[in-house]
Amino acid sequence: MSGFYHALSFPGQGLAGESFMAVQDKRPVNLDIGSIRLPITAYVSILHRISGAVSFAGAAVLLWMLYASLASEASFLQLQECLTSFWAKLVLFGVLSALAYHTAAGIKHLIMDMGIGESLAGGVLAARITLVAAAGLIVLAGAWIWL
Amino acid sequence: MAITAVSSLGRNGLSDWLIQRISAVILLAYTVFIVGYLVCHPDVTYAEWKELFSLTCVRIFSLAAVMSLVAHGWVGMWGIATDYLTDRLMGPKGSVLRWLFLLACAAFCFVYLFWGIQILWGN
Repeated sequence: MSGFYHALSFPGQGLAGESFMAVQDKRPVNLDIGSIRLPITAYVSILHRISGAVSFAGAAVLLWMLYASLASEASFLQLQECLTSFWAKLVLFGVLSALAYHTAAGIKHLIMDMGIGESLAGGVLAARITLVAAAGLIVLAGAWIWL
Repeated sequence: MAITAVSSLGRNGLSDWLIQRISAVILLAYTVFIVGYLVCHPDVTYAEWKELFSLTCVRIFSLAAVMSLVAHGWVGMWGIATDYLTDRLMGPKGSVLRWLFLLACAAFCFVYLFWGIQILWGN
């Protein structure tokens, strides 16, 4: 109620004549994310961002692979040789995992853009499906690289 | 908002939203194409691979994918930068950090685009 009154009061003047800034400072800027238990949808969302940032950096690895595969037959064979090493496989698995998760969460976004699953229950279900689908894609990526 | 919108790709949220979706669909299609090809041709030779990337349609598709990567990456990294690298979360150096981060992202975008074109048409 007092907040409502503040919003209506004359700019620069609070209830008891405090400065406008002082009134504003008492208002919450935002929810304190660190102090609340986050729902599954929040974790799926923040992982979408993290996997996106990793994919953006990982694109350098994929572009380098494309370069090496096309530059010459020697570099093509060199790349094949390189990809038999454990660390190269691990880096590629990391990039593909981030990409797989980001893709799954991105498809969820595109489906929700069509108006599907916009309710609270729908959002939670979509988040669960995203996690399961991403896990499946990551297992497939691992099998592709190591088997 | 008005201060940060100047560095966004489409200058406004609705435009960025659309760019993000279109580039996402192109990148998804390209990923399915490349992964599908490699799964179907696990023992691909250099000659076959080289021939695939000499096709004009594959080169154009690849260029569209690289351009989408750059646009999609910029909109995404811009969202991260303007959400977390702010004066409110990072203190008075927040804006400096954000601009340095965005500058680094812009450098990545430029290298990806230039390198991508060079890989596709350079030899």
